Amino acid sequence: MNQPAASSPLLSAREISVRFGGVLAVNKVSFDVHPGEVFTLIGPNGAGKTTVFNLISRIYTPTSGSIRFDGAELTERAPHEVAALGVARTFQNIELFEHASVLQNLLIGRHTHRRTGFWTDLFFTPAARRAALQDREHVERVIDFLDLQHHRDTLIAGLPYGVRKVVELARALCVEPRLLLLDEPSSGLNVEETEDMAWWINDIRREFGITVLMVEHDMGLVSKVSDRVLAMNQGEVLAMGSPAEVQGHPGVIEAYLGSSADLSSLRREAAP
Amino acid sequence: MRFIFKTSYAQDVDLAKHGGHRFWYGLLLALLLASPWLLSEYGLAQLTFVLIYGIVGLGLMLLAGFTGLFSIGHAAFLGVGAYTEAVLVNQGVPFPIALACAALLAAAVGVVVGLPALRVKGMYLGISTMAFGFIVAEVFARWESMTGGNAGLHVKAPALLGWKLDSATEFYFLCLLLAVLSTLAILNLLRSPTGRAFVAIRDSEISAQSMGIHLARYKTLSFAVSAALAGLGGALYAHMIKFLSPDQFDIIQSIDLLLMVVIGGLGSVHGAFLGAIFLIVMPQAINASKDFLPDVIGQAPGLKAAVYGLVLIAFVLFEPLGLYGRWLKIRTFFTIFPFYRKGMFKRQKSFQKSDRLR
Amino acid sequence: MQLLQLLISGVAQGCIYGLIALGFVLIYKATETVSFAQGELMMLGAFLGLALMSFAGWPFWAAVLCSVAAMGLFGVVTERVVIRPILGQPAFSIVMLTFGIGYVARGAITMIPAIGTETHTLPVPYKDQVWRLGELVLNVEQLVVIGVTVALCAALFALFRYSKIGIAMQASSQNQLAAYYMGIPVQRLNGLVWGLAAAVAAVAGLLLAPITFVHANMGFIGLKAFPAAVVGGFGSLPGAIVGGLIIGVVEALSGFYLPEGFKDIAAYVVVLLMLMVKPNGLFGETMRKKV
Repeated sequence: MNQPAASSPLLSAREISVRFGGVLAVNKVSFDVHPGEVFTLIGPNGAGKTTVFNLISRIYTPTSGSIRFDGAELTERAPHEVAALGVARTFQNIELFEHASVLQNLLIGRHTHRRTGFWTDLFFTPAARRAALQDREHVERVIDFLDLQHHRDTLIAGLPYGVRKVVELARALCVEPRLLLLDEPSSGLNVEETEDMAWWINDIRREFGITVLMVEHDMGLVSKVSDRVLAMNQGEVLAMGSPAEVQGHPGVIEAYLGSSADLSSLRREAAP
Repeated sequence: MRFIFKTSYAQDVDLAKHGGHRFWYGLLLALLLASPWLLSEYGLAQLTFVLIYGIVGLGLMLLAGFTGLFSIGHAAFLGVGAYTEAVLVNQGVPFPIALACAALLAAAVGVVVGLPALRVKGMYLGISTMAFGFIVAEVFARWESMTGGNAGLHVKAPALLGWKLDSATEFYFLCLLLAVLSTLAILNLLRSPTGRAFVAIRDSEISAQSMGIHLARYKTLSFAVSAALAGLGGALYAHMIKFLSPDQFDIIQSIDLLLMVVIGGLGSVHGAFLGAIFLIVMPQAINASKDFLPDVIGQAPGLKAAVYGLVLIAFVLFEPLGLYGRWLKIRTFFTIFPFYRKGMFKRQKSFQKSDRLR
Repeated sequence: MQLLQLLISGVAQGCIYGLIALGFVLIYKATETVSFAQGELMMLGAFLGLALMSFAGWPFWAAVLCSVAAMGLFGVVTERVVIRPILGQPAFSIVMLTFGIGYVARGAITMIPAIGTETHTLPVPYKDQVWRLGELVLNVEQLVVIGVTVALCAALFALFRYSKIGIAMQASSQNQLAAYYMGIPVQRLNGLVWGLAAAVAAVAGLLLAPITFVHANMGFIGLKAFPAAVVGGFGSLPGAIVGGLIIGVVEALSGFYLPEGFKDIAAYVVVLLMLMVKPNGLFGETMRKKV
């Protein structure tokens, strides 16, 4: 439960670029995420937002630039080291462990906090048992927070989409991260579920002190929870500031809706 | 109708979930302990084989069923264990040490075979394990000074400081002990972070990595444990059949092992033993039914292969969850009677979408 | 001279591996299913040819065309009856099913009284013929293998590049649901692909038969086609042929220059080396899941 620290950023991306074949998917993107804030990336599809996430969680390696998290240079780390540093993420298209139960998925989220090794596990020593019960208690707190009690023992394969999204969030929370990367948390959710998501994101920040970096399309949700917004288009930064500032930025409007000429023709067609 | 009322987290962590579990497994253990006096000599030998193949099956189940790593050359580990045990015991090494060496050497080979797993996936891995399987089998045949080559190798009975385990009952108890320990070991792994890491790798490597799981380490570990169990089973197998030759560890044996875990029920510990029972019982059943079939079918040499193939196809088509799945359905039917519905275990149909970029 | 002869026989053997691998890759490209039954299908094709040529006394060309067509039909029927119901299950199960098909094929052939357990000669018109080119003695059987393989590859290339069916096959292999929406008869296409693969296997069997004779365990030769497919790179049709050729040549050379036993495992050593150096094979695609 840390109070947001003063000014030094928790995550600092500097001039990151990544090239896939001939395509420059992300072009010299720089931004800072301060501790305790909710920072959102917006932009039309294909803008490179999820690619930035994938760069942070080291699924891709940037062709240039640096990503520093709390003093550590992420681009030098292996993908599995990112969670141990305190960064957890959800995936846009849900990457849960399909043939395991919700409980098992969440327990896997506790992996970076394991206090047992292979041999203690093999013999299931009393230490292993204690660790298992402690993990379970922590996971139950997350289950309580997200109201997943009646889905505890259900296999993921048997869950509806909305619940899977919540389990995805729960699993990331079980990592006990300091930075949470949420990739389109409200996509596919209805109005009530999106409202729940907004409450949860606020609670995550307030109660757990977790910094949130989010990709989102739902502007309502963005305005409700974000402290700062970064708009991207075609791999480049378009605008950065408060939600209102960015949403009123002419370049951002053009990226979403087209040029002012297109806008006028849209208005003409819409007018009675 | 049984309803499990949970009052503590420990109940989920424990191996035996409720009193019924303890009762039935206790009964099974009692029967197994009494078997030398309940079964004929032949029956006891078959049961010993079931235990041995069960141990091997546990290993393959861990690798293929729980970690999702496809191994088409598993007989190689069986062979490494068998030959190591044979060579050491023939030299007079006490059997606990020989068994341990067999398992460890097989584990080492497993680590080597598992190296491609760090770079390649799916079918590529399967083909590479198959390649290793062929190479190891060829090594068995060519390294005549050690293995006796194609002429074969006799295996002495296990011995420890003068005490020889050459009676069927004594050897059966050794196998039973090792089978129980192996099962407990696998069950322990599965209810702990190591086992969950394996399952995570099976279901989604990318998100396993995002949860902090070191893919290379756990894949290698899975191969090592799986090979160690296969090696242990192989060592016991060597003593059972008393005469080794390289063609016992060829691709047919590897496919038989896979057949065993698939028919038993992929992804379940019970499946390993149910599959082992199938593997031992089926040839007997075919032999027994030969008298009832017309000669042209019954005496044909290809009958076993054809029947195996048909059974395998039938299981994949109609009972993909294997023997254990069928058992689960039957048990669920009775425990929640009369509320059983036909589609309870049905999996959602999925459309094939290519994981390839192009 | 010796080297050249070795190379030619290696290339011929490699063409056989390549053809089986081709069938294997065809099925993989279309349905992302791996079929270990290809070797046994080759064996069935050879036996079918034998039955028509030797026992029924049909003329050569009629027997060949009929065998290939019949195997093609068998492939279509197999797909319809056995493969289609299980699509959607994990890849592992489908592979095991194809092992099962192989077992049934091998067992069924072995069960045929008197014929199944024997080794037979396929009475092809060019049997045991040789061509002499100066000092070079060329085995016509091997040349026929190479020639037919080239022709078949050209035909398949044309099929996939220029015909609607070929493009439709590629579409349904990449995204089945989208292909359905586009009106592509995905399931019928899958059947066609299996039929095509079985027909190619039958051709391989008929080509191989004069060289190795027809017997129930012919299918095991087909096991080496899988390393060939991996070496060439999964999902690549030219890769399958190239992979087969590489393995065939390496095998021939190691049979001559290396001690006994290396010839049998040459294919497997090659594939392991390839996986170390270039994990996706020569022409393989980078398999990376997009998240």
